[in-house]
Amino acid sequence: MKNLAFILIGTFFGIVLYKSEAASWFRIYEMFQFDAIHMYGIIGTAVGLGILFVQWVKKNKIKSFQKEEITISPKKKTFVANAIGGVLFGLGWALAGACPGPMYALVGAGFVTILVVVLGALLGAFVYGLLKSKLPH
Amino acid sequence: MALLVLMGKRFGMSTNLETMCSIGGAGKLVDHFKTDVKSKRWSLLVMLGVVFGGFLGAKVLSHNQEVAISENTVTKLKALGFESAGNAYLPTELFATENLSSPLGWVILLIAGFLVGFGARYAGGCTSGHAISGLSNLQWPSLIAVVGFFAGGLLMIHVLFPIIFGL
Repeated sequence: MKNLAFILIGTFFGIVLYKSEAASWFRIYEMFQFDAIHMYGIIGTAVGLGILFVQWVKKNKIKSFQKEEITISPKKKTFVANAIGGVLFGLGWALAGACPGPMYALVGAGFVTILVVVLGALLGAFVYGLLKSKLPH
Repeated sequence: MALLVLMGKRFGMSTNLETMCSIGGAGKLVDHFKTDVKSKRWSLLVMLGVVFGGFLGAKVLSHNQEVAISENTVTKLKALGFESAGNAYLPTELFATENLSSPLGWVILLIAGFLVGFGARYAGGCTSGHAISGLSNLQWPSLIAVVGFFAGGLLMIHVLFPIIFGL
């Protein structure tokens, strides 16, 4: 039952990514050219609603569906890693025109070539794991 | 994201890349990948859902795949040789299946993917984990990462694109 819920949440997210065109390479390019508000609208709305939602959860100590306390583990503070990793990610994001979420959606949409990008991403994650202890964080 | 938080999880997409490495046996090589795959299973299920959602979005819920980007963008892309601008969902110049027969096509897509995978894990998250989840939770590290995403993206589009595609 819970498994089905996870799949459905993903399905909904996948449809939104595809239909909102957030998974389109062109929209990412357009965003970085500041030619349209499209992507800023999507990300802005998501973050805006997200902030309201998270604050609501925290203020009212909302319980999860399993009646457990909700704790969102904070992101690790690693300035160098956030900054360098962020820039590298940005370079790839603009070139591939897709970040991990949309990549999966594009696989489903039937773009065979996106599998090469996913393969590259897997390699990247793997190499990060190999080098982790040697990189500044 | 809201539903996942209510289910006691933290929304994000790029951790799946590591989990798939772990499943592929990367834990035998590096401790970093020695993780409890079972505890990440929910996230893989969400990912499978996203794949299925992409399929539904593209094949069931869409009639035309054109993305109506702005005129300005179309002009700039055509100048770079992207003739498919405004007429496709992804540029055929990069993503047409025939490109798989050219080494250059592979190299560009692999490098792009590599940067996404490496950068996302180094930074500790991607657009969903940092920009959407992290910023929603008002996390400083996420703001730094998101500024990084944009710096990298702007550098690629404004400085490197003319070099890569202008030749």
